[in-house]
Amino acid sequence: MTKRKEKIVLPLIAVFLGFILGSLIVILTGRSPLAMYAAIVKGFSGIDIMYGQPLNSRYIGEFIIQSMPIILTGLAFAFAQRTGLFSIGAEGQLMVGSLAATAVALLVRAPKVIHLPMVMLAAILAGALWGAIPGLLKAKFRVHEVVVTIMMNYIALHLNNFTILNIFGSVDRVKTAPFPETALLKSPFLESITRNSRLNWGFIPVIIALLIFSFIINKTTFGYSLRAVGYNKEAARYAGMKVDRNIISSMAIAGAFAGLAGAVITVGTFNFGRALPAAEGYGFDGIAVALVGGNEASGILLAGMLFGGLKAAQPLMQSQGIPREIAGIIQASIVLFVAMKYGIKMVLDRFEKKQAPTTEGDRV
Amino acid sequence: MAYIVEMLHITKDFPGIRANDDISLQIEEGSIHALLGENGAGKSTLMSILFGLYQPDSGTIRVRGKEVKISDPNVATALGIGMVHQHFKLVHNFTVTENIILGMEPRKGVTIDIRSAERKVEEISKLYGLAVDPRAKIEDISVGMQQRVEILKMLYRDAEILIFDEPTAVLTPQEIHELMHIMRRLVQEGKTILLITHKLKEIKEVADVCTVLRRGKLVGTVPVADTNEEKMAEMMVGRQVNFHVEKNPARPGPELLRIESLNVKNSKGVLGVKNLSLSVRGGEVLGICGIDGNGQTELVYAITGLQKAESGRIFLRDKEITHLSIKERSDLGLGHIPEDRQKHGLILDFTLGENFVVHNYYRKPFANFGILNQKQILENANRLIREFDVRSGQGAFTPARSMSGGNQQKAIVAREIDRSPDVFIVVQPTRGLDVGAIEYIHKRIIEERDKGKAILLVSLELDEIMDVSDRIAVIYNGEIVGIVDARETNENELGLMMSGALRKHQPAAAGAMA
Repeated sequence: MTKRKEKIVLPLIAVFLGFILGSLIVILTGRSPLAMYAAIVKGFSGIDIMYGQPLNSRYIGEFIIQSMPIILTGLAFAFAQRTGLFSIGAEGQLMVGSLAATAVALLVRAPKVIHLPMVMLAAILAGALWGAIPGLLKAKFRVHEVVVTIMMNYIALHLNNFTILNIFGSVDRVKTAPFPETALLKSPFLESITRNSRLNWGFIPVIIALLIFSFIINKTTFGYSLRAVGYNKEAARYAGMKVDRNIISSMAIAGAFAGLAGAVITVGTFNFGRALPAAEGYGFDGIAVALVGGNEASGILLAGMLFGGLKAAQPLMQSQGIPREIAGIIQASIVLFVAMKYGIKMVLDRFEKKQAPTTEGDRV
Repeated sequence: MAYIVEMLHITKDFPGIRANDDISLQIEEGSIHALLGENGAGKSTLMSILFGLYQPDSGTIRVRGKEVKISDPNVATALGIGMVHQHFKLVHNFTVTENIILGMEPRKGVTIDIRSAERKVEEISKLYGLAVDPRAKIEDISVGMQQRVEILKMLYRDAEILIFDEPTAVLTPQEIHELMHIMRRLVQEGKTILLITHKLKEIKEVADVCTVLRRGKLVGTVPVADTNEEKMAEMMVGRQVNFHVEKNPARPGPELLRIESLNVKNSKGVLGVKNLSLSVRGGEVLGICGIDGNGQTELVYAITGLQKAESGRIFLRDKEITHLSIKERSDLGLGHIPEDRQKHGLILDFTLGENFVVHNYYRKPFANFGILNQKQILENANRLIREFDVRSGQGAFTPARSMSGGNQQKAIVAREIDRSPDVFIVVQPTRGLDVGAIEYIHKRIIEERDKGKAILLVSLELDEIMDVSDRIAVIYNGEIVGIVDARETNENELGLMMSGALRKHQPAAAGAMA
């Protein structure tokens, strides 16, 4: 099998196996897997096979809403990974992005054409800064990025909550005052064509982010040197590349993607800043998305949509009497099967060999 | 006649390349059978098929007259076939015995019976004259000893047919001599040896029969006693080969590289290079010869900037470069063929084309305003592939990882020579290459010299040093113990200096020799 074919076939098989495993567990709980698939189909499209309801654009809008942030955190993880870094920091970068967006949304008064871009930019910069710190520590002091990014996630969570509750103030100790209209990605037009879903203009920055990711990695000299460092740090150093600087830039750009995700949630899905009881898992979902998507923009887009749809299907599964956790189990097992790609490849290769016309030598 | 192994009409295809094309090979029991061929001729593929790492697309294999299907290395081991790979597969913080028994540990109750294993290893070691300490840790023993551990591993598993994949590539001349002795001993004890190599001298020295492959096809099998090195080289390359570098006397110009009282620490934190001074002039090749590990690596790292010098100064022309970055040195005209091709030389997960531009990817014509110009990168790759005969399955798009070691080396040499640096640090440029490629690369190095470039050649191959260099500096224990004229020295004198037994200084040589 060629490398390219492998990159497409293996994740598809993993997804297939993940659903099979999910079905088996549903059967074990004594329910029908058909009900689960009906819920998933409904989550993606609103089509209800069981009760014969047609396509409902509201569901499409909602599943896209679920997909947007995890596509961005997927890009964040993948970008660092291409430089050989394993960043768990998207969660925290997303939170500081969200906090920065809240601050600019609440404190600045300006027309929409200025205010909204400022909100986005603030979130991007905050995420980049939050990402640059572990990058700097890695480059200068060889502190492992996994440890630093995990810790930075906690700092981000409590920084967010402290600031929201004590500086911006909150009547119900959960959310800030609503943002002015000028800071929001919300669109009555998009809501109207999707039957009042929460769909908003956030998908535009997501698409731009996907294009930028692919462009930087594949087309630019900067991406070339990032990949070189990711594959072989010593050879990159020998060739005169600035390895340390690349590590810091890569972490900062990864952080920018995650910071943008914070803005998309805060001024898109919601219209107020939120204090959070705990991390919401966007960062970890992003890791799963990047792994399944093979660290490529196109793969991340598809994997993000798949996992977004599964998230959207969870409440629907619940209403069918199927534990919502099954969706989580399917997602987790897809990631597991992706991680088992060498095993899957071995089985495939053996299968392919059996299919090939046997020659004299093979029959010995 | 008793053939212990017969491989008949073996064909094996890889994407874009037919690695083995209807090759037949018959090996007599108790002989040393050499398999000779250029880099990428298909030797390693053929042996990997015999060892069960690959399956042939067609053809049959017989072991002791019986047809067999070797589906994986375990089957090969059960058939008594063992292989010593070019890159050893040893656990570095395990002892010799622990490495040998790995995978088939003898047990006493629930614990490993290390004592009896050690005894058995010692017995085998004595029988074949290997002199390996079963309790030594791998990281503490020399490369030559590590190779013997690999040999012991096969013998411990009762291998009768031993495949050696280019066993001398990593050894010093002394170790090579000892290995030849061990191989003869193994045959005396009834083993059969298959020796993959492209070194004609070694074949002439130990082998009984030699089979030659060229570009995946069988050229012929000859008894070694009836042939000579020139004939074998011709069979291998398909044309007559010149063993000696043809060159005119050097015409040294101005001094381009000067090193003053350089001290460099090695990986263990002690001085690997001590108070070393050298000078290389444009238009000359200065060879550095010495036994591996006498400071060559540290010297090269300090000159190229991969490692900081403790003290001392390095000048390129008149500019001090001691504290400059790798890139600044390279921009000033310093070039470097690195010793370790997989660590420094190549990014194995990049394609060949991408690897050709690691120094210049951000410059015109390979990039405009920070955006890569794929067309130029491809053209550059195709030109270098053609010029240096780099063989690869998918041309510029071949992943470097999938190329044979020799072709990886050729790719690096091509890239570096093509940059034509003023001061050229050339380390082991022909490591793992066949005579045809060696001849070409030596010619190109001499061409660079004749353009007036200063070349510092570091090599463990004495023949290469003596052939290519104009002056030879011998390094021992981090110090230059002598600088001699290449035309006036001999292997014996160099050998004595390399072992530290002789010092010979020509006071004027370092600075202002005519």
